[in-house]
Amino acid sequence: MERVDQLAREQMRGDLPAFRPGDTVEVHVRIVEGDKQRIQVFKGVVIRKRGGLTGASFTVRKISYGVGVERIFPLHSPNIDQVVVLFRGKVRQSRLYYLRDRKGKAARIKEKRSPVL
Amino acid sequence: MPGGLIGKKLGMTRIFDNDGLAVPVTVIEAGPCFVVQIKTAAKDGYEALQVGFDRRALAKCNKPEKGHFEKHGAKSGFKCLREFRVDEAIGFEAGQEITVEQFEIGDRVDVIGTSKGKGFAGTIKRWNFHRGPMGHGSMSHRAPGSIGCSAYPSRVVRGKKMPGQMGNARVTMKNLEVVDVRPEENLLVLRGAVPGPRQGLVLIQKAG
Repeated sequence: MERVDQLAREQMRGDLPAFRPGDTVEVHVRIVEGDKQRIQVFKGVVIRKRGGLTGASFTVRKISYGVGVERIFPLHSPNIDQVVVLFRGKVRQSRLYYLRDRKGKAARIKEKRSPVL
Repeated sequence: MPGGLIGKKLGMTRIFDNDGLAVPVTVIEAGPCFVVQIKTAAKDGYEALQVGFDRRALAKCNKPEKGHFEKHGAKSGFKCLREFRVDEAIGFEAGQEITVEQFEIGDRVDVIGTSKGKGFAGTIKRWNFHRGPMGHGSMSHRAPGSIGCSAYPSRVVRGKKMPGQMGNARVTMKNLEVVDVRPEENLLVLRGAVPGPRQGLVLIQKAG
């Protein structure tokens, strides 16, 4: 299995910034339409991150026109142009599924104040 | 074209293709194999190559094996010997190395392996039968049900799906796409699954 993992590791990308569940991120996704390519931005809260080499993925949740929308991205997908971390959230769970039952003010997440280095 | 290659299944993972789609792949350590014996129509009645994989010191081979290897001038023994049919065995020589270089990205191959043994399996696991009700007085939970009619034909039709040994059988997966070839590591990456457990022996042939 080690050699298989090694092969998978070559495919993993290290260029994305570190982010965690609770963070608000902008995911810039490359979309190919015919022979044209454009970037679509999906902005929301990361509610889950799961590992597993090339199989790693994360879920971003946002409220679009009053409707909750969740999108799952493969973390190492070459279709992700970039991930921008807008806000670091202070949360106590790794899976923020409770946000699905909340809306408006109740769905806010406090900002994480990291100590000044 | 040396007919085929012997390999060892290393495991599965997934990689991204050029379109950014995740592709499930099986990684196989294929070869290097060495031609041990050349079988010709004149001598053996058919054209084939006997190929060895996974070296084993001659001293560790048993006497008949050792004799066979020495007769054909092999410098070492092999743990695994298999034959591959070829159109013409002339042009190959004993000791010749066969590697994954014969395959290219995009090729189609057939892979033969021994599937994982499931033991004596019932009809639900083995043939995807449905289960009976678990309650309401039902007493047939995982039973196969009726296996035929009474007066006519008053026997069970041949080939009726019944419980029995499942797995641990020779299975061929056809038309698998070659996703990647790495001659320096002897690795072959195929799209999809391949029969058998990890470390299991597999035979790889060009599809067709």
